[in-house]
Amino acid sequence: MVPLSWYIMLSAVVFSIGVLGFLMRRNLIMVFLSIELMLNSINISLAAFSHYLQSITGQIMVFLVITVAAAEAAIGLAILMAFYKNNPTIKADEINLLKG
Amino acid sequence: MTLPQLFFAYFAVSITGLSLLVVTRKNPVHGVLWMLVLFVHIAMLYLFLNAEFLAAIQIIIYAGAILVLFLFVVMLLNLRVEETERRFQWSWPVGLVAAGGYAVSLIFILVKITVFPQPGHYTIEKMQTEGNLMIIGKVLYTKYLLPFEITSLILLVAIIGAVVLTKKKQE
Amino acid sequence: MSHLRSMILISPELLLVLTALSLLLLDFLVRRKGTLAVAGAAGIFISAYVNYRLIKVGMTGGTIQGMFAFDGYANFFKLIFYTTLLLTILLSVKYLAIEKISAGEYYSLLIFSTVGMMIMAAATDLLMLYLGLELMALSTYILAGIVRGDRRSNEAALKYFFLGAFSSAFLLYGITLVYGLTGSTNLREIASALHSLKLAESPITMLSLIFFITAFGFKIALAPFHMWAPDVYEGAPTPVTAFMSAGPKAAGFAVMGRVLFDVFGGLQMQWSIILEPLAILTIAVGSIIALSQTNIKRMLAYSSIAHAGYALIGIVIGTPEGFVSTMNYLMIYMIMNMGAFGVVIMLKREGFSGENLEDYAGLAKRHPVASALMLVFMFSLTGIPPTAGFIGKFYIFMEAVYAGHIYLVIIAALFSAVSAFFYLRVVMYMYMKEPAGDISLSTSKTAGIALAFAVIMVLVIGVFPSLLLNFARNSFFG
Repeated sequence: MVPLSWYIMLSAVVFSIGVLGFLMRRNLIMVFLSIELMLNSINISLAAFSHYLQSITGQIMVFLVITVAAAEAAIGLAILMAFYKNNPTIKADEINLLKG
Repeated sequence: MTLPQLFFAYFAVSITGLSLLVVTRKNPVHGVLWMLVLFVHIAMLYLFLNAEFLAAIQIIIYAGAILVLFLFVVMLLNLRVEETERRFQWSWPVGLVAAGGYAVSLIFILVKITVFPQPGHYTIEKMQTEGNLMIIGKVLYTKYLLPFEITSLILLVAIIGAVVLTKKKQE
Repeated sequence: MSHLRSMILISPELLLVLTALSLLLLDFLVRRKGTLAVAGAAGIFISAYVNYRLIKVGMTGGTIQGMFAFDGYANFFKLIFYTTLLLTILLSVKYLAIEKISAGEYYSLLIFSTVGMMIMAAATDLLMLYLGLELMALSTYILAGIVRGDRRSNEAALKYFFLGAFSSAFLLYGITLVYGLTGSTNLREIASALHSLKLAESPITMLSLIFFITAFGFKIALAPFHMWAPDVYEGAPTPVTAFMSAGPKAAGFAVMGRVLFDVFGGLQMQWSIILEPLAILTIAVGSIIALSQTNIKRMLAYSSIAHAGYALIGIVIGTPEGFVSTMNYLMIYMIMNMGAFGVVIMLKREGFSGENLEDYAGLAKRHPVASALMLVFMFSLTGIPPTAGFIGKFYIFMEAVYAGHIYLVIIAALFSAVSAFFYLRVVMYMYMKEPAGDISLSTSKTAGIALAFAVIMVLVIGVFPSLLLNFARNSFFG
């Protein structure tokens, strides 16, 4: 029997790696990918809780989180493309038009 | 170490390793492809947790739709590998320390987690007899109907947004 | 039968969604985009009237599956959101024509964002809370970047999106931990489970609380999570900035109220202690950095940050009366902020942004009415009687003193005095400097209606404060 805490710790580690990617990467696509990594770690955690608590709510939440993540990805990439049309750079530290 | 624990150990190591690979690749296409392998591993983890439906939609939606969208955009924006000479920001030690400290504190706190409340009635036996899909279907359209419909609104907004931000201007 | 009742309880939101969808279609049929604004306003009035009738018929207290509550708390915030939406639509009409923004999508996204806010305010389940928040946030990300040709708008949407998505992940992690501890996402069930399982002292509960506060802090732009707000407020089109400064902030406070009081009620001591330095820091950062701003949108952004800090004081003191004063403050803040932004919008013309402080020089000589309006709003933002802004701060400070937080009030009052410098600087520019060139305003009938409404409310609430305060009190306790 795999203890629940193993799943949760795995989820915490992957979440931290996602935070790491978000804070450290210059390329905005990779920053976005790190956000998806964070959301996936949350999904692992929810599925694990759902299994050990014998409750279906966690799985429903995973379903809805995946859907919202898909919507977010679509909008985020659209924003990225609209941005790129006007400013052909995708490196985070070169985006500083709005600094006052 | 029993067999399930051995399996889980493999998943834990591989998922952690893959996610590290994802965030450190220079080429965004490589990052996305490692993410694909990661998603397949996560789907297998869902199978391990008696959530077949989740495994299926993880592959179909995340790997099959979202990552494909990512690849489309990466190729559309035509990013050369040489462009991203420095892949980490100047402040990368700060991020490393922050995330590292974060991970350590999370692990210290969460290792004590045990199952507290009364278990619900969706036992593993019930899942295996009725089928994961059937149970999710029953619950989704009765108890969780309202969140389901709100999610449909979110998807509509995503469609509107994607179109309004990227359509060709008709002058 | 219960499904019919559920549909009735959510019919105001459904009517707004219907309005949004029909605006999307009407966009193809009408040439003059002003008609869309009128249709949108009609939809809002119908929806608000249905909401009012539902209250009168006595549907208050009903819930849909325990997730969506039609109660006084939600209805008070819905009033704020309806008003924000209506004022934004009225103020946007001319702006859309100048910036050539596609009107159908713009109005429908505003409405969807408002529906998301309403769901947030009515959510008694963490899953509904998250979905309402995402609906609001995603619509607002698109709106921030909707002027595709403007690089600042692109950048604003980008920054807003990334930081918003990051904070949503933190919120989800908090929700996950709470679900794991208690086995439920319903606020009432979580509260009773936390109580009966004596989990209030558990470090995991504390961790979850910190995640929630971090996520809310980002959304409301509390310091030290405020970094995105000035850039996003400056880059987004001004009507969207006005909308963002009022609606999502109030929605964030609405969910904070429910989560902190209902779910983490047992941890009230802890979150009060955490939020108090955040409130002071937020007021300080907002007030001090606003002093050096020459772009009026940025200045109003830092002003919004500071005002969120003042509103937070009502939560920090931890009493229900304190939160009532926060609700009161949020309504007042929304009206005066929309008014101030409304005047900023009027200064925008073809090829001239009208966002710098120097553009206001000598405005009083050319356009005395607009200057007088701006004067009232600036006075109100500072907190000078007899404006509504004074009333808002007064009640918050009064509740804080009753609860014993004297030092907090002294610090807040000091920064309030400091803020007079940058608010009244605008007034000084308008009335005491010479106009640089020819300043013409883009006035429209709808903007005039919106501004008239705002200034009347600011003065009326300033003179008769108890009407609003009693309404807030009844909504919270009723």
